[in-house]
Amino acid sequence: MSILIYAESAEGKFKKVAFEIASYAKKVADSLDTTVTALTINNDNVADLAKYGIDKVLKVNNDKLVSFNAKAYADVIKQAAQQENTKLVILSSSTDSIYLSSLVAVNLEAGLASNVVGLPLSTTPFQVKRNAFSNKAFNITEINTDVKVIGLAKNSYGLFENASTLTEEAFNPNLDDNDFEIKVESVEKTSGKVSIADADIVVSGGRGLKGPENWGLIEDLAAVLGAATACSKPVSDLGWRPHGEHVGQTGKPVATNLYIAIGISGAIQHIAGINASKVKVVINTDPEAPFFKVADYGIVGDAFDVVPRLIEKLKAFKAQNA
Amino acid sequence: MKILVCISHVPDTTSKINFTNNDTEFDTNGVQYVINPNDEFGLTRAIWFQEQQGATVTVVNVGGPETEPTLRKALAIGANEAIRINATPTDGFFVAKQLAEVIKNGAYDLVIAGKESLDYNGGMVPGMTAALSGYNFLNSCIDIAVDGNNVKAVREIDGGKETVSTSLPLIIGTQKGIVEEKDLRIPNMRGIMTARTKPLNITEAVDAPANTKAVKFEKPAPKSAIKMISPDNLDELIDLLHNEAKVI
Ligand SMILES: Cc1cc2nc3c(=O)[nH]c(=O)nc-3n(C[C@H](O)[C@H](O)[C@H](O)COP(=O)(O)OP(=O)(O)OC[C@H]3O[C@@H](n4cnc5c(N)ncnc54)[C@H](O)[C@@H]3O)c2cc1C
Repeated sequence: MSILIYAESAEGKFKKVAFEIASYAKKVADSLDTTVTALTINNDNVADLAKYGIDKVLKVNNDKLVSFNAKAYADVIKQAAQQENTKLVILSSSTDSIYLSSLVAVNLEAGLASNVVGLPLSTTPFQVKRNAFSNKAFNITEINTDVKVIGLAKNSYGLFENASTLTEEAFNPNLDDNDFEIKVESVEKTSGKVSIADADIVVSGGRGLKGPENWGLIEDLAAVLGAATACSKPVSDLGWRPHGEHVGQTGKPVATNLYIAIGISGAIQHIAGINASKVKVVINTDPEAPFFKVADYGIVGDAFDVVPRLIEKLKAFKAQNA
Repeated sequence: MKILVCISHVPDTTSKINFTNNDTEFDTNGVQYVINPNDEFGLTRAIWFQEQQGATVTVVNVGGPETEPTLRKALAIGANEAIRINATPTDGFFVAKQLAEVIKNGAYDLVIAGKESLDYNGGMVPGMTAALSGYNFLNSCIDIAVDGNNVKAVREIDGGKETVSTSLPLIIGTQKGIVEEKDLRIPNMRGIMTARTKPLNITEAVDAPANTKAVKFEKPAPKSAIKMISPDNLDELIDLLHNEAKVI
């Protein structure tokens, strides 16, 4: 009956979202008087899960599962859910887990609610609040099936430590040849950079920066803060920056702790995609720019004057607070 | 190659989002509808396959008669025919069930759907449809080449991209990147005229269990006022981010 989470890892280490869904699942499990079981794939160091209230971990170690393969992974999650007689599967909103969630739901004949924010509003009937209309509204969804799957929106719950005693168990799923009809040929990671998906802070530049030659400002500021870099849509359409950096309603969603917008006007489509970020800072020459209506902190000023000075001050601050 | 493109009819990105009927229904008053942007990128790629590799392109929408202008626009952009499943979608699974039925009847080789629609942001229709149809499924697809039955594709992943190989029949969930913004087509007069005579077939829905139900909607709480900081006092910004917001 316990709740099942899929605790994702990358390069043998848990992703932050794994701890976030663990924290969340533990809280839900307490209210349902049950426990949380985590499924891991090819990760040997699972001890950290005990910090977040996990009771049991099902460890899958399988050479066929070295590259992410949605169909095979979804099959593994289904088998784990069945073995544990799980009624609630909780996944994150990483690109991989979003990919998995719909397959897992169909496999388990489960109703799926994605983009969930906050704890269930009620457990009978099972109702959750989710983001909809690109962060412009919430939608309260009821799941009516016996088994339920939810995808927790990124950075919507946070990490809460809750020590537990972890039982480790090897789990050997039956893998079907049909699971492997998609083969990963190569993976290209943007090396040495924080990805928008994993970042706690994102520094984003718009057309106000005038041209790609000025992106040193954005990169330097991001470097001091350990942040990822992003941009508005026209900046990627103009080829100043790669598409992978385009954020907004039709680009990547951003749900970080801190989003810094430089030379971005704050068009409705841009804001829709970044509004789930907790704290927003805007730096713009135009005091009438719509971004000032949605930001928490604002500076009316020229990026070319403000940003270099901000970088220097942050360096000093970091040196002091290291 | 037979291609099916799934078209979601969504409020234009600038729409004001309001609800009626005691916050249980989306208020369509004054809302302009468009082809879901992710679907439009996918449709544009499908038209490329039509022009370059002789594919036929069918577009499908699950929705009431009010969605027909959106399907006609897809025809004007170049799709060969359209199907409307006459039903009000209740959740992602309901839509996936309908699409799986269309796929079964039409034996499509490649099904293209936006990875997410801009209204309910469920992100579940392409994957559920694939699971129901037993088709291979690639999500966040940003490039695809088809040679006979063989497919080479690129997917966006967190922090990069990966190249995969697979085979038809296949469903992809797609987004910008599959074509560029500049490749999107605005229907011309000829397209609009011919779209009027292209087939738009209406079929009734198949039964699907109501796995989930949207019970109510809420608008976010109004946010607190912005704090303005002088460009000559950047220490204040750092102090606020550190001590007040606690984000650095
Ligand atoms: C269907 C659709 C989908 C869209 N999706 C997205 C999306 O996902 N993401 C997105 O970003 N946009 C999206 N857009 C585009 C959006 O409407 C805006 O056009 C875009 O966000 C504007 O980008 P920008 O702020 O960089 O440029 P601009 O609007 O040109 O703004 C530049 C800003 O820089 C300021 N500035 C100029 N010089 C300086 C300086 N020296 N220092 C500081 N500030 C300066 C200006 O005051 C101005 O506010 C979409 C549009 C449509 C129609």
